[in-house]
Amino acid sequence: MSPKTLYDKIWDAHVAHEDEDGTCLLYIDRHLVHEVTSPQAFEGLRMAGRSVRAPDKTIAVPDHNVPTTPGREDPKNMTEDSAIQVAALDKNAKDFGIHYYPVSDIRQGIVHIVGPEQGWTLPGMTVVCGDSHTATHGAFGALAHGIGTSEVEHVLATQTLIQKKSKNMKVEITGKLRPGVTAKDITLSVIGKTGTAGGTGYVIEYCGEAIRDLSMEGRMTVCNMAIEGGARAGLIAPDEKTFEYVKGRPHAPKGAQWEAALAWWKTLYSDDDAHWDKVITIKGEDIAPVVTWGTSPEDVLPITDVVPSPDSFTGGKVGAAKRSLDYMGLEPGTPLSEIEIDTVFIGSCTNGRIEDLRAAAEILKGKKIAVKRAMVVPGSGLVRAQAEEEGLADIFRDAGFEWRLAGCSMCLAMNPDQLQPGERCAATSNRNFEGRQGRGGRTHLMSPAMAAAAAVTGKLTDVRELM
Amino acid sequence: MDKFTTLTGIAAPMPLVNVDTDMIIPKQFLKTIKRSGLGVNLFDEMRYDQDGNEIPDFVLNQPQYREAEILVAGDNFGCGSSREHAPWAIKDFGIRCVIAPSFADIFYNNCFKNGILPIALPQEAVDVLMKDAEKGANARVTVDLEAQTVTTSDGEVFTFELDSFKKHCLLNGLDDIGLTMEKAASIDTFEAQAAQARPWV
Repeated sequence: MSPKTLYDKIWDAHVAHEDEDGTCLLYIDRHLVHEVTSPQAFEGLRMAGRSVRAPDKTIAVPDHNVPTTPGREDPKNMTEDSAIQVAALDKNAKDFGIHYYPVSDIRQGIVHIVGPEQGWTLPGMTVVCGDSHTATHGAFGALAHGIGTSEVEHVLATQTLIQKKSKNMKVEITGKLRPGVTAKDITLSVIGKTGTAGGTGYVIEYCGEAIRDLSMEGRMTVCNMAIEGGARAGLIAPDEKTFEYVKGRPHAPKGAQWEAALAWWKTLYSDDDAHWDKVITIKGEDIAPVVTWGTSPEDVLPITDVVPSPDSFTGGKVGAAKRSLDYMGLEPGTPLSEIEIDTVFIGSCTNGRIEDLRAAAEILKGKKIAVKRAMVVPGSGLVRAQAEEEGLADIFRDAGFEWRLAGCSMCLAMNPDQLQPGERCAATSNRNFEGRQGRGGRTHLMSPAMAAAAAVTGKLTDVRELM
Repeated sequence: MDKFTTLTGIAAPMPLVNVDTDMIIPKQFLKTIKRSGLGVNLFDEMRYDQDGNEIPDFVLNQPQYREAEILVAGDNFGCGSSREHAPWAIKDFGIRCVIAPSFADIFYNNCFKNGILPIALPQEAVDVLMKDAEKGANARVTVDLEAQTVTTSDGEVFTFELDSFKKHCLLNGLDDIGLTMEKAASIDTFEAQAAQARPWV
């Protein structure tokens, strides 16, 4: 048998049909659904008189535009259009008989945090969702990627996707990370190196000692932003940490099935002599705590650096950098650590898990915020409950943070949590696009520890100075 | 789905790299439960000021480009969110073809589900087309899907690559789900085998 990558193995195990030109029907093991990209898909099913082919493999949760303030179970406390979308998901989940976590359920949260938490996401699976950050689930060695609404409808109706195979890219992070450097710094640094189109046409497998050393939470952060590098998906081969995380989750296999699953999962790794179409290697020790300075996730620099000059770029990036600096209100040559911050947002499917909250709380303990406002939005109701139990919520509250309910919140600002024009935010989310967090809002992406550091000093800060 | 065969129309120049789907259709317009009516909000925050007035400099507000059917843009067009509202807004505005050096994966696939042809051409060819588009409304560009060509107003022809299945579906306006349903027996067989091999799924 010819050597295979992890991606090759998962792909081969899911091809339900292949045409002569290589177009395949890829079977989908888990379909995650949220309120924003699904209403038109369910409507399409109704109009064509179709049903959901595998409702037991379909899981829905509202997350994108739900408020994160108390009383949100009452639709009157949502904007009318948000309430309509959430009500549509309620109805669609009921009508089509799919698994559902409503706003009132403590298990509700961001779809990419709920899936792994409930054991829906397992190694070797194919996972899709009408959301680009589906890449998150790749941390389990699952082939996971975002799809459009037409494809959501296609999966609902057929449990398959029409796909052609992507190329294989290996991103290896060797050695150890330095203190203060986290999974977020890894994933941002990779995008800084490859660019936001560097992964287009590829599935990335992240490997190397620094990746192995990460917790499952950290691995999810890394894979989450594979899409920001343009890749279809990001993957990390499952290992003992993965199995330990999965074991005992509500929808994880049990008993004899666990043993059978484990035996297969242990075969899910890239063979030594597998073929890679592209290889990127970064030394773990070379990665610093980073922030973004512009309006693309590739605009990444170590916190010790200065705002770059547009002239330091080439091609279309010169104009893009000019436009970015104008939008961000920044002058070339300004030290990044002198940029003052108005707001801090900790949360999102990138960094809304318990470990992220622990990392931020560690920096905030006994300190007060020096920014106008700061909020923590846990990724799920269960993350929130755990953080309260561990005393993290008190640390955040005492520091002056708002302690919110679970949802996507200010990552994409579809709910009332939005930046005002010119408001500058240190955010643990995944996109710094123009207007992403609110029209005219200025976003700097960073790790939870770095965001917490910015909260206590009021400007972008090297977290290592507070450690 | 609407067929796409040939198109001769005004091309609007947008020489920006990394045009993301948040730019194409900002999130406040994702709260719809319909696919239609998004054209008026295409590029909303670049096209209108805070009070909703048109920004005259923006390309699609200029008189010669208001009827554009083709968009010529920079590298990595459509990056970011998977929102299909982006191609819905583009189509609803009246644009049926986007030409750029490269496209983000999900956006590219979404276009084909909506009768929009995304054409990836080398930077040098896009540069020529960008200059052609900058001539304004009299410079009509022709796209021929069957022949896989783009012809400038000066008659310069560029050939583009395209997946044969995607081309077939777009030329004939085929519904993906209907096509897949014809292969239901293969899916049934696969599902039964997978249930044996991986019963925990």
